[in-house]
Amino acid sequence: MAEESIIRLVNVSKNYDGTEALKDINLYICKNEFLTLLGPSGCGKTTTLRIIAGFERPDSGAVFFEGKDITNLPPYKRKVNTVFQRYALFPHMNVAENIAFGLKIKKLDNKTIERKVAEVLELVNLKGFEKRSVESLSGGQQQRVAIARALVNEPEVLLLDEPLGALDLKLRKGMQIELKRIQKMLGITFVYVTHDQEEALTMSDTIVVMKDGTIQQIGTPEMIYNEPKNAFVADFIGESNIIPGRMLKDNLVYFAGHEFECVDSGFEHNEEVDVVIRPEDIKLVPVGEGMLQGEVESVTFKGVHYEMIVRSEGINWMIHSTLMEPVGSRIGLRILPQDIHIMKKVAIK
Amino acid sequence: MRRTWYAYPYLVWMAIFIVVPLFLLLFYTFTATTEEGIRFTLQHIKRIWEPIYLIVLLRSILLALICTVVCLLIGYPVALILASKEYSQNKVLALLFVIPMWINFLVRTYAWMSLLGKNGLIDMVMDFLHLPPVQLLYTDHAVVLGMVYNFLPFMVLPIYSVLTKMDKSIIEAAEDLGADYITVLKRIIIPLSLPGVISGITMVFMPAVTTFIISRLLGGGQYILIGNLIEQQFIVVGDWNFGSAISFVLTVIILISMGIMRKYDREYEGGAIW
Repeated sequence: MAEESIIRLVNVSKNYDGTEALKDINLYICKNEFLTLLGPSGCGKTTTLRIIAGFERPDSGAVFFEGKDITNLPPYKRKVNTVFQRYALFPHMNVAENIAFGLKIKKLDNKTIERKVAEVLELVNLKGFEKRSVESLSGGQQQRVAIARALVNEPEVLLLDEPLGALDLKLRKGMQIELKRIQKMLGITFVYVTHDQEEALTMSDTIVVMKDGTIQQIGTPEMIYNEPKNAFVADFIGESNIIPGRMLKDNLVYFAGHEFECVDSGFEHNEEVDVVIRPEDIKLVPVGEGMLQGEVESVTFKGVHYEMIVRSEGINWMIHSTLMEPVGSRIGLRILPQDIHIMKKVAIK
Repeated sequence: MRRTWYAYPYLVWMAIFIVVPLFLLLFYTFTATTEEGIRFTLQHIKRIWEPIYLIVLLRSILLALICTVVCLLIGYPVALILASKEYSQNKVLALLFVIPMWINFLVRTYAWMSLLGKNGLIDMVMDFLHLPPVQLLYTDHAVVLGMVYNFLPFMVLPIYSVLTKMDKSIIEAAEDLGADYITVLKRIIIPLSLPGVISGITMVFMPAVTTFIISRLLGGGQYILIGNLIEQQFIVVGDWNFGSAISFVLTVIILISMGIMRKYDREYEGGAIW
């Protein structure tokens, strides 16, 4: 694993005016992977990215790039390029000049620059936009120019700081697919910062979930979604029902007034735990068939599914289902053992 | 119903102190009073092309240009430092630049007289070091020094204002793309701060070209600039027609230079202060 890693953060901490933005972060980033730093605002994800880019120096700890310590290397000497949140295009240059900026600094000849600019514009579907002023472009087009401007330098690692944050939903979805395509095609490492869990799940090879300057969990999207390490991760990655429970013994948990079979083990006898159940994992069944019974309190149409709140055993259960039960009807709830996720207790803000 | 009458006092003020004087200026410039009465003439304008006056005009423009260039050379780095990360947090340094502006212009210029003059502070220090005394006051240098000192804040502030408003991520983007500080300065910061530079140049050049008090106090009586010439025509000679004609020509020159500046300014969209 260590051989493949292109970037390594070792015990990195950073303070801003006394508040800890990063607390002792350790992170590997592997070659050619799409890694996403995911978390709510203020969790330190952007700070981590800025430390990799070189805009911030960590107060302690070190950053390694291909095994070399680059902690004190200024940004312009690093082999990474950044796509900024608000694009940060040069307003006094046209599209081609923006993209050629990095190449001109490398003193490439004009022919090569022209060819590379044309190539990268084709890559981001902006063929023929060379002479346009950047201010005449739409948000989505500006974003493409920003991506092209970074990619044209053929960086080993591309850093993206919430690049799709300012785009509308439809455009964002399109760009997600396109970014993933570009990453696969060029085979370079992407480090992507976002607070949008859906975006993270769609695009990433690896997700790093952060909170309050610490890493909560690192794993593939499937791992993070299906096996969240704690209730914070579970709650942040998609909606969840989080219910206090007690572990009776291996594979048996008590919550909501009942004993449930589950697939988790290794907890102490009677340990207090958080039980996490995804809304789509609770099946609606006729009364008497499930372990729990309840009354539908509200129904919201969400497009693909209905979101229902069912009151049972003093708990409001969020349930996603394509079938709708009317408000006030009594129904049974069934939860399968593999859909019950047991987590050690942590405080959730 | 808009309450447009709120603006009437201002309109009256403008009419009395700006529009009427301008018409008076035009009237005196293009008329001559003879026994037959008042008639139209271009003789006053023509008189300015006499070498003795032309030299004064050119000298004024030259000195104002020197002053503007010096202000720019000092003012731009100062604005850069003031706007930099280290200083933008505390406003003390910026305040130090503004404080002299609160002191009366004449007082400041008199202060320079006593610094530069015979038995002034600099003279005393030179004497103390057993160096030969130098003539400082009543020279070209003293006039330029006085102008630069008085007008420097007008150069610094518009540039400072543009620099602080500049999107920092643009600078970071340039660094990210491999530009070291000098390149960032050359390719990004300076081009994007041009609106501030243009405001600064206009705000320094215009008062510098028309100043008469600095040249009189620091240049001594023998040192005549266009401002002094105008003052002389009105107050000493009493030739209002010729005084108006010089003012008129000067106004035209200023308008033309402002027009050129505005044309440049429009090419760069930006947040200059005016």
